[in-house]
Amino acid sequence: MLTSTNKSRPVYPGLAPRPFAQRHLIAAEGEGAAAVAELVAAGAADFAAKASILYTAGASAPSDPAGRLGALGADSLATFPSIETLLFRLDAMLATAGMGTALYVTGTEGFIGRVIALAAGHGIDHLTIAAEHRGSLARRVQCVHCKGFTENVTTSVVACSHCALPLTVRDHYSRRLGAFQGVCVNAEDPSEAPVAEEVFR
Amino acid sequence: MIAPQIRVRVRDVEEVARRVKRFRLEPADGGALPAFSGGAHVTVSMPAGGARPLKNPYSLTGAPGETAFYEIGVEKVEGGRGGSAFMHEAVRPGTELFIAPPANLFPLVARARKHLFVAGGIGITPFLAMAAQAAARGDRFELHYAARTSDDCAFADLLMQRYGGAVHFYHSDRGARLDLAALVAHQPLGTHLYVCGPERLITATLDAGRCAGWPEQHLHAEHFASPPSGDPFDIRIAGSDRIVPVAADQSMLEALEAAGLAPRYLCRGGACGECETAVVACDGTLEHHDHFLSDADKAAGKKVMICISRLKGREVTLVV
Ligand SMILES: Cc1cc2nc3c(=O)[nH]c(=O)nc-3n(C[C@H](O)[C@H](O)[C@H](O)COP(=O)(O)OP(=O)(O)OC[C@H]3O[C@@H](n4cnc5c(N)ncnc54)[C@H](O)[C@@H]3O)c2cc1C
Repeated sequence: MLTSTNKSRPVYPGLAPRPFAQRHLIAAEGEGAAAVAELVAAGAADFAAKASILYTAGASAPSDPAGRLGALGADSLATFPSIETLLFRLDAMLATAGMGTALYVTGTEGFIGRVIALAAGHGIDHLTIAAEHRGSLARRVQCVHCKGFTENVTTSVVACSHCALPLTVRDHYSRRLGAFQGVCVNAEDPSEAPVAEEVFR
Repeated sequence: MIAPQIRVRVRDVEEVARRVKRFRLEPADGGALPAFSGGAHVTVSMPAGGARPLKNPYSLTGAPGETAFYEIGVEKVEGGRGGSAFMHEAVRPGTELFIAPPANLFPLVARARKHLFVAGGIGITPFLAMAAQAAARGDRFELHYAARTSDDCAFADLLMQRYGGAVHFYHSDRGARLDLAALVAHQPLGTHLYVCGPERLITATLDAGRCAGWPEQHLHAEHFASPPSGDPFDIRIAGSDRIVPVAADQSMLEALEAAGLAPRYLCRGGACGECETAVVACDGTLEHHDHFLSDADKAAGKKVMICISRLKGREVTLVV
């Protein structure tokens, strides 16, 4: 699936410190904590002093068991109980941030997509956001039929969490929604029983 | 692609600053002109310079959405091939000219949270339409406009009237300097910066942005470049015996057009990449003047932007 030729499928080049940035705003989820540690290590001596880290364990399991983020010496570190609460805080921070603030995001693809979509609402070009995929390949999927979102999808086919239709998860990705497209698999013949395969672990 | 030319008639000419005239152009055959967006330019063909028509790009300064007429603002520059002098001296109400339809290499970024415009001298022209478009959309913007003196500051009254506090003037004869570092230091995240004016201003503005941590995607520039003169040389058309001579004050694109060929072009200022041409052989050194090719491409010498670059040498073989 990661070798898709679908042009809408995003690629994440990885986190690298943006030179000359005045502030570093880092949003991390789950296993993204390790990528943040590497980012800070790669940065100049004053990187941590200019960095604000927003972290949530998210849905993809391990939080930051070793408390590595706390040891990085960032200007501020805030931990959130959920992706939603993190995004709420990030939204407020983006609203008051200045140009010269570099935005970094790392974690699952669903998380990355939601941060990029939020940033776009603040006029930030998505190509300026450093992103690194860490952790599960689970996808955020939008059902094309009822428009409902299903989080953490690891299989195709998957049942829509809103309308229950069996959905094939396509590689077609919407940057605006931060979600992959899910299309009913047996629309022609509803009696056909689809098999769910785990493909986005 | 050579878009069909539009025949226009000059409706009126107005002096809007020392050495700057504004021309209103209406369709000679009635009807409406193509719609355009802020930052667009048209290429005006001028029967100047004797046998061969001269084609200069000029930014549209009217409000986007106005299709009954176009407005351009032209500064008279000394020397050169005389296109701007022709506009100032020979063009009057009633004169008919041909223009190519609008092209835009300097558009507003639709999702910007704020637009920051930096203009130097005649570089104000694209911002007239961009500011009008931003205002019509309710976008936040600021215009910072540097000119030598208030006599050189074209469109100042109009800008003041329309946008008041959003416009800031800097006249160097009064010692008012535009502090670029301070300007870019305090802008909200999501701001896009656009600069047009003398090369020195463009370079200084982009550098100030980069040093303050602005990413390239939020920095935009329009260069009013025109083909520099040099020594004459020849173009050999690949796959034929045809030789097209290029005069000292002529660009390769102009020489090919004069020879009856019709290479693709859009900006004629080395910015858009439309006239990129493959180089097969080269007896001499290519002088790249464009802002399009990468340094690696320029060094490799396999491509050239014929609207603005030249050869220092005897002959270059091009795929035309
Ligand atoms: C996208 C774009 C938009 C533009 N918009 C505008 C606009 O809105 N308003 C505007 O006024 N201009 C604009 N320009 C610039 C315009 O197209 C012309 O370049 C300008 O009017 C000068 O044209 P010219 O024929 O008079 O002189 P050119 O021959 O083009 O010469 C231009 C400059 O080169 C020097 N030069 C060239 N050859 C010689 C020589 N042999 N000896 C001495 N000096 C020489 C001249 O002194 C002059 O400063 C724009 C350019 C571009 C690319």
